[in-house]
Amino acid sequence: MKITALALTAGMGVLASTSASAQGVLNVYCSVQVEWCTLAANEFQKATGIKVSMTQKGSGETIAQLKAEAQNPKGDVWFGGTGDPHLQAAEEGLTEVYKSPKLAELHPWAVKQNSDSGGKTVGIYAGALGYGFNTELLAKKNVKAPACWADLLKPDFKGEIQMANPNSSGTAYVAIATLVQLMGEDKAFDYLKKLHANINAYTRSGTAPMKAVARGETGVSISFVHDGVTEALAGFPVKTATPCEGTGYEIGSMSIVKGARNLANAKKFYDWALTPEAQKLEAQAKQFQVPSNKNTPVPAEAPKFADMKMIDYDQARYGKSSERKRLIARWDSEVGSLPKP
Amino acid sequence: MLLPWYALQEGLDSGAWLGGLWSSEDYGSGFAEVLAQGKWWLSPALLALMGCFGLSLLPIPRERRGTCLAFVAGAGVVLFAAQAWGIGLRGWTAGWLTALFGEMESRQVGIGAGAAVALIALLSLLSIGLALRGAFGGDAFVAGAVTAVATSILLFTAWPILRILLQAFQNGDGAFEPALVIERLSAAKIWSLRCLSGSGRCGVAWNTLFLAVACGAGTTALGLAFALIVTRTSFRFKKTLRVLTVLPIVTPPFVIGLALILIFGRSGLVNQLLEWSLGVPPTRWIYGFQGVLLAQLFAFTPVAFLVLIGVVEGVSPTLEEASQTLRADAWTTFATVSLPLMRPGLANAFLVGFIESIADFGNPIVLGGDYGVLSTEIYFAVVGAQLDYGHAAALALLLLVLALGAFFLQRRVVGGRSYATISGKGDAGLPVPLPKGARRWALSVALPWATFTVLLYGFAFMGGLVKVWGRDYTPTLDHYIKAFAIERSASGLIWSGAAWNSFWTTVTLAAIAAPLTALLGLLAAWLLVRQRFVGRAALEFATMLSFAVPGTVIGVAYVFAFNIPPIEITGTALIIVICFVFRNMPVGVRAGIAAMSQIDRSLDEASATLRGRAPQTLIHVVLPLLRPAMVGALVYGFVRAVTTVSAVVFLVTAEYELATTYIILRVINGDYGLAIAYSSALIALMLAAILLIQLAVGDRRLGRRAAQLQGSRA
Repeated sequence: MKITALALTAGMGVLASTSASAQGVLNVYCSVQVEWCTLAANEFQKATGIKVSMTQKGSGETIAQLKAEAQNPKGDVWFGGTGDPHLQAAEEGLTEVYKSPKLAELHPWAVKQNSDSGGKTVGIYAGALGYGFNTELLAKKNVKAPACWADLLKPDFKGEIQMANPNSSGTAYVAIATLVQLMGEDKAFDYLKKLHANINAYTRSGTAPMKAVARGETGVSISFVHDGVTEALAGFPVKTATPCEGTGYEIGSMSIVKGARNLANAKKFYDWALTPEAQKLEAQAKQFQVPSNKNTPVPAEAPKFADMKMIDYDQARYGKSSERKRLIARWDSEVGSLPKP
Repeated sequence: MLLPWYALQEGLDSGAWLGGLWSSEDYGSGFAEVLAQGKWWLSPALLALMGCFGLSLLPIPRERRGTCLAFVAGAGVVLFAAQAWGIGLRGWTAGWLTALFGEMESRQVGIGAGAAVALIALLSLLSIGLALRGAFGGDAFVAGAVTAVATSILLFTAWPILRILLQAFQNGDGAFEPALVIERLSAAKIWSLRCLSGSGRCGVAWNTLFLAVACGAGTTALGLAFALIVTRTSFRFKKTLRVLTVLPIVTPPFVIGLALILIFGRSGLVNQLLEWSLGVPPTRWIYGFQGVLLAQLFAFTPVAFLVLIGVVEGVSPTLEEASQTLRADAWTTFATVSLPLMRPGLANAFLVGFIESIADFGNPIVLGGDYGVLSTEIYFAVVGAQLDYGHAAALALLLLVLALGAFFLQRRVVGGRSYATISGKGDAGLPVPLPKGARRWALSVALPWATFTVLLYGFAFMGGLVKVWGRDYTPTLDHYIKAFAIERSASGLIWSGAAWNSFWTTVTLAAIAAPLTALLGLLAAWLLVRQRFVGRAALEFATMLSFAVPGTVIGVAYVFAFNIPPIEITGTALIIVICFVFRNMPVGVRAGIAAMSQIDRSLDEASATLRGRAPQTLIHVVLPLLRPAMVGALVYGFVRAVTTVSAVVFLVTAEYELATTYIILRVINGDYGLAIAYSSALIALMLAAILLIQLAVGDRRLGRRAAQLQGSRA
């Protein structure tokens, strides 16, 4: 598998140099995991002969770069990464309106992402929010795995839970927005204040809590559940659950950069990335979010949306930067400033 | 003018421009752009050049010619800058310019080889003119050096950084609102001191300050201990110790943090052992202040050591011998003569440790837990969920002020006293061995530290040789094969390993950047210490600027400043090299200043009396005495270029991927095995490079008797 991938990459290099002049080039900013980015770039190159130059960066770093480059854009397509920064880029006019003919084949949540942003972004995958837990640690402490938001407040979990800081992490913000939609704003903040007693750290990065769970640094994390699948496959004693009261989700998105130099190729990539053939690559890269095309086969390991209780997450309202600023400021003054328990 | 004025999309080496020098708008030379394309605004720069040429032929007195030259060339530079910044990709760059001159039909892209040559020529003429007038001691070399250093620092440090700091005064739409900066800077999140009374958390400013002071003091003490052991004792494993102190500096970021977690983390060795033997429940103490400080001490002690070793070596034995002749015992000599003479070194080491700590990003992000410091806060203000450049800029401003404070404090401590101990006079004493107490202290501090370093690296190295670090300890070479596989095929070797591309890019760019860093750094140091000119203090401060600002801010600042004309170099290797040079130069400057303040000015004067001009003095007298500093600057320039992350995150592209950014991606994916295998290879590479630099530059020969340090002196 490794060797074929390497051979593929090497082969693509040769192929690209011969066909690049005929089909042109495409600059992709990629905010999913690097294996997935490479696979997508290679496969697209193979299918179309367009030479793809792929730069992998987190979604936060990418939108920072788009903003910095706004006067003279260097990228064409922004592929992947959580939906909020894509919505924000749309709000700030950094991305281009495009209605793909493939929209009809997508799940409603992916299409809604498109209409919410005025056609400037589209969903390519979704991942549910939940818990990750270290089975060995919990067994040693003789604690039952959490199944509901209410469970997390139990004294059993004192000092065992990690979540990210919403000031820096989109994951943590999704968690807060989910609780607000689930319980109402005041109750949600009461809950968060109580939860604070069980939290050992608010990490800066959104994926850090799951990694801490994997390495046994903390018992439970509030994370996207598909991250847990990746850790479990790497051999760590990690299991995941989604809360019984209902949970929110992120919509991984894709946008075309405003002022893209290779607009035609960017549209080709956009259409291609919404096909089942392209979305199958995700599972090949060992990523387990739910793909947005209805016809893409969902891998067996992936957490199924059908088994979870989903809330009707209002991406349009909670994706707005003013609402986000307000909720984060409230979290800061009421929860983030509390002394360490 | 035989070079194309503007930057070329395909690069200069393609040769496609040769045919279009006159006729093409894209490839035209400066004269062609003026005459054939009607770009009148380029003419002042070219006219100024011709004017200078004419002036140098005219038979007028030296003084007058200097004045005229300086005036014409200066005007040329000013007009050049005005047109470069005034006319951009879409005509005039500002509304008031359009209002003043009317609509601009034409446009211009970034400056290219021709424009760069013209600018350099104008600047050299300007400095020659100034020198002819008698400025800079009438020495054209000094004038040229000052102009070169000042211009490059202005362009590549001051301008991008000021540009981004201005955002602290702007609201989200770019409108100017000076009151905002006060609001941003007075937040409780920054200044709260509630952690002291136990009722809340402290602000990031205090967190940063506490950490930086502890780190500066700690690294200075440790660095001094190592430097004393290496130079003043008969300790047997000096060589090993030297290598050990260099190890952390050549370590790519995250490795120390990850290894510390493996040892001290909740599931780490120490905790498991304690739980197993004494039943102590595992704790999480490594996350937070303690952990970050520990990692920073590991990471920055070597820098302090590098700064101090030159200084400790430089303390003249003559003075110590004089002290002993006056019947002072070993301890009094050490405390009243040796230590005070090391004061500039100590102050510099503290300053470097302090600033390294406040600008450090890798360690707080891995080990900080929820202990936020300014650099991580800035990073997340830029890339996090809030994307608030104004907030980031305000925090960066605060960081700069802290660095500035440390800088002035250091100047006061060092004061205006003389620390020169290397002079032209006979200097034949033997270095005094350390007094017993100091020796014991140095060994008791340094040895456990060294042992611990060995342990840490042992662990890290093992991490690359097992399947899943922290989980599945089956030995394997898979990670190395994946990264560095070379296959043999019919057409020759195929470098099929995943890491080769980024590896070669890194090595090439770092090898280009290191000599430039050292050269510019030492040149700047020489100017700052030895020459008197207007704006010296400002220049000294400007050299420190890029060091004090965290890498992320530099990275974003560079993208902002250099993505649009006149200097459009994003996406090229050039911008990465420039970033390396100007980010790492400050250490060369500091080391150079520390070393040079020990070399007595009389040596320069002697050279001048013998009719040596400034360049000769620099090359034949000062540089040979600066060898340790030069080695330091070269090593540091290379090593930092290989290990920098945060500054280049925004500058790398698919074509120019760097080793560190590649490693970070692996770490983010949890692929620690590959990350560590790659890091180990980088460490080996850098150690080899350091040995090579040591060999190439050589030691400084001070003409002292070879010290026989065995045992006590008769």
